Amino acid sequence: MPELMSRIALEAKDIVAGYVPELPILQGVSLRAETAKVTVIIGPNGAGKSTLIKAIAGLVPVRSGQVTLAGREITNPAPDKMGALGVAYVPQSDNIFRSLTIRQNLELVLRGAGADRRARLDALFEQFPPLAAKQHEKAGALSGGQRQFLAVAMALAIKPSVILMDEPSAGLAPKAAQEVLEQARALTEQGVSILLVEQNVKLALRMADHCYILADGRNQVDGPAADLARDPVVGQIYMGGKRVTPSETAP
Amino acid sequence: MIQHLLDGILVGSILSLGAIGLTMAMHMLRFANFAHAELLSIGAYCALVFDGIFAAIYAPLGNAIGPLSLTWALSLAVIISMGVTGGSAILIDRLVFRRVRAKGGELSMVFASFGVAMIVRNLLGLIFGLQAQLYSKDIVFAVVLSRDPFILVKLDQVFSLVAALVIMLILHLILSRTPFGYALRAVAENPSLAQVSGINLNRMITLIWIIGGGLAAAAGIFYGLTNQINPVLGRDLLLPIFAATIVGGIGSIYGAVLGGFLVGIASNVALLILPSGYSPAVPFLIILAVLIARPTGLFGEERA
Repeated sequence: MPELMSRIALEAKDIVAGYVPELPILQGVSLRAETAKVTVIIGPNGAGKSTLIKAIAGLVPVRSGQVTLAGREITNPAPDKMGALGVAYVPQSDNIFRSLTIRQNLELVLRGAGADRRARLDALFEQFPPLAAKQHEKAGALSGGQRQFLAVAMALAIKPSVILMDEPSAGLAPKAAQEVLEQARALTEQGVSILLVEQNVKLALRMADHCYILADGRNQVDGPAADLARDPVVGQIYMGGKRVTPSETAP
Repeated sequence: MIQHLLDGILVGSILSLGAIGLTMAMHMLRFANFAHAELLSIGAYCALVFDGIFAAIYAPLGNAIGPLSLTWALSLAVIISMGVTGGSAILIDRLVFRRVRAKGGELSMVFASFGVAMIVRNLLGLIFGLQAQLYSKDIVFAVVLSRDPFILVKLDQVFSLVAALVIMLILHLILSRTPFGYALRAVAENPSLAQVSGINLNRMITLIWIIGGGLAAAAGIFYGLTNQINPVLGRDLLLPIFAATIVGGIGSIYGAVLGGFLVGIASNVALLILPSGYSPAVPFLIILAVLIARPTGLFGEERA
């Protein structure tokens, strides 16, 4: 059991959450994100995928249930304290400050780093050379893919143990989408756990280690991403929003 | 024409100072704060009080600085008033806006701001009287800059312009060179992303009230220095300040600076073709034109 706990970077248990108390979007969703793995959440529109990731990040109130980070409860955290806990959140859109330069965006998130700030900035520029080359340009002038890289760099700046990403490939050309997800995958080699919501199911299942499928604010299926990629029922869910019963997915 | 342009620039600097705080508060708190201009009045009257106190405590402080009507006592009072007005803005937020924000929507906030404006205006009238007051009763003659075309300027106006520009330069340096400035701009651009980037929104709201209040106080004092102080000072500047904010784009601090100058210049240049009685309508026309042609203003963007 202790070994299992150490493998779980983030766990959400029986989450009921929504923007208004009377209309919970999530109705008892649970998931686990393993350490240094990519966990993807997929599902039809309105399934509650983004709401789940926002609820974990403290942006949507959790009415009941529990979120734990490496075994420590962090349910309903103040969003500005998530970074200090070691969790970074990359929103789907508007995830960079367009009026600031690339360098200023990074300096903003590094402002609490103290004497370490310069070294961490240099390390980020080393990891993302295209950003280094344009560091004094306004972030608003970047292409969609480069914006996502900047958003990921901003997330990495706080040295997180977990990064929550909300549809990082949304609105990107296929090549840029692949690059962004490959970058997310590469982060796991640094020990970072990735929990991401993705609409591009094919690509997401190829990149992820584990996958959760949500529909109507509830867990439907979960399992190794490679297995689900081969499961014909997964396709049905997207084609017709079909709810899957346990018997349908049993081996 | 040049005289009107010059007057417009002088007035514009005052409007810019007022518009910076308004644009930050409007964007971050998502409501049109019609009480913001009353902060100019609070600042102007506060300086009047401290000017008197300092001069009474140490008489030489009441001496004018060079050819200006500005005294050493008033100079000190400017700094104190900026702080007190920033504090007043926080007090108003704590007493009224924060409570309304917790229970009501944006429309409730707008009506609350109308109420606050009325209360502040009437309180100032009750305390200081309705008659106009001056920082200095000395007669200050305007300087003739040119005889053809005939251009006049008061040195107090030049001082106000230079002081306003210095304040804006300091603000620019903070915004463009310091992580605190980046945080302010980040909050103005996208409060939600700023929050997940580790910025404490409540602390920033407090700081924005302090900065907005301080700048409004400077604007009110500079206006009082070149005109006169009365309880409707804020009301008279409300529309031009809103026009400056809307022209620049709500949320854009640099837009507010440019908007202030544009509205100041447009209002004064309009006097060439409009009778002076109609000039107060110019900011309103500017607001309408901008809302129809480019609702986000010159530098504003759709809110994230």
